[in-house]
Amino acid sequence: MADYSTQELMIIAAAREICDGELVFVGMRLPITAYGVARLTHAPNAVGMFEGGVVRYAPAEETLYTMCDPANQRNAAWTTGLIQVMGHLQAGRVDTGFIGGAEIDKWGNINTSYIGGHENVQVKLPGSGGAADIAAMSKRLIAIMNHEKRRLVERVSYITSPGYIDGEGGRAKAGIAAGGPAAVITDKAVLRPHGPANELHLSSVHPGHTADEVIENTGWELKTAPGMTETPAPGEAEMTALHQVDREGFWR
Amino acid sequence: MIEKICSLSDAVRDLVRDGDGVVIGASLETAIPFAATYEIIRQGKKNLEMIAPISDASTDMLIGAGCVGAVTGAWVGSVSGGLGHNYRRAAEKQIPHALDINDYSNFTIGMALFAGAYGLPYAPVRSILGSDIINSNPAFKMATNPFSTETEPVVLVPPVKPDVAILGVQRADSAGNNHYWGSSGLAQEAALAAERVIIVADEIVEPEVISSDPSRVLVPGFRVAAVCHVPAGTHPAPLTGRWQRDSAFFNDYHARSRDVDGYKAWLDEWVFAVEGAPGYAEKLGDRLSALKIAGSRNAARANYAAE
Repeated sequence: MADYSTQELMIIAAAREICDGELVFVGMRLPITAYGVARLTHAPNAVGMFEGGVVRYAPAEETLYTMCDPANQRNAAWTTGLIQVMGHLQAGRVDTGFIGGAEIDKWGNINTSYIGGHENVQVKLPGSGGAADIAAMSKRLIAIMNHEKRRLVERVSYITSPGYIDGEGGRAKAGIAAGGPAAVITDKAVLRPHGPANELHLSSVHPGHTADEVIENTGWELKTAPGMTETPAPGEAEMTALHQVDREGFWR
Repeated sequence: MIEKICSLSDAVRDLVRDGDGVVIGASLETAIPFAATYEIIRQGKKNLEMIAPISDASTDMLIGAGCVGAVTGAWVGSVSGGLGHNYRRAAEKQIPHALDINDYSNFTIGMALFAGAYGLPYAPVRSILGSDIINSNPAFKMATNPFSTETEPVVLVPPVKPDVAILGVQRADSAGNNHYWGSSGLAQEAALAAERVIIVADEIVEPEVISSDPSRVLVPGFRVAAVCHVPAGTHPAPLTGRWQRDSAFFNDYHARSRDVDGYKAWLDEWVFAVEGAPGYAEKLGDRLSALKIAGSRNAARANYAAE
């Protein structure tokens, strides 16, 4: 079996969510590398958009620390502005969007603004960046975060980025596009919406973890999805692609 | 041609006023003129309204130094480290003082600057529906699309017009005409929406260089109030084709700004104890040489001949 870190498993699980030929809105941090892995393995025709205004076909040839690094500009498909790329979101052209999160609830709503809420701020987080836009306007959303009881909560104290809001029909009531979270990738498991209410269920457990442990570390009564499995360990081709994208092992 | 070259300290002294709405870099993680961030701190400007989608750690530095009264933007933190420690202290404990926080997303602050740049009364968007940003920032108004036969909610974003936009570019002439290449985020919208534009140029060139390729101009000189020659003036942010990102510098800032004393020591070392931008570059020394992009990947030439 390939030797991999938890973060590398998360990157590869994220890469698997990208389908070939898709227009992908790539978020900060882990998704930058996930896009590269997908392009080099099963999605050679995906197109990646970065909110600073970079569009790429082939991934950058060096480790990227941010989406705006010189290596991401070199040989890009397009270097343009934020409105040009985020306008693709608003026009409904983006298939898959990635964001991170500090707090998420069972409806996939994500808070990156105010822990404790806007009126009673306990922790001031950096804010939306592009996350609220990506969550509202991608056809499907992939969220990546650490699995802790205090982070996966019954109800977020502030919705920065809408998921299914309050369950069935929540997005339609708010007037946003169908979309919504398709997967939440954590350091322990993958959660996916299930049923008409789109409540997040346990879909697969990463190797080395158990369903009980995942449920114990979730702040709501996490149910398991039918056909729950173990997250497949990274394969050799995936790890080779990852090492090609993250040459320095920075994202290990 | 009106000469607009001046020192960065003169430009900040004359063109950035207490209480101004200020943009420092609007291209997200790249081309942020940190030299201007430092100079604003040295001159002790007060009560600024910082306007930006994401300006990496620049806004956090200014908040800690007590220069900021309001944040009008999408994100304040440190891209490498995550949370902005000074932003947290100000929002949670009013240290060094309270902040007004006007929440936006990247796209909505973009459309606010777009409306400001082009004189729109407001910009309708489909984003931030379902987000509490609509509730926590009273600037937005909800409306129904008057062109739709079905009830279709839209969010109306009012224009944002900064007093000053300070932007990093690769090269400019002495009249402020400039070339910028690489992803530009909201730099052009910010420049065109702003009352005054300060260009921080890595290199000053002859006017013929800029006029040889007008499609690469970010903002023409007639909209520029001052142009300042500051080599590596974006450090630690990168600049396409010129400078790599100094990630270790950002990490060091993030670690040391965790508590007030650590932040003050960092500020003394990197801002107050150096003699302006030249002193900062001198202190960086070999570290700066290592960040310099030495390679050449020149674009194909574009022919503009009319004869």
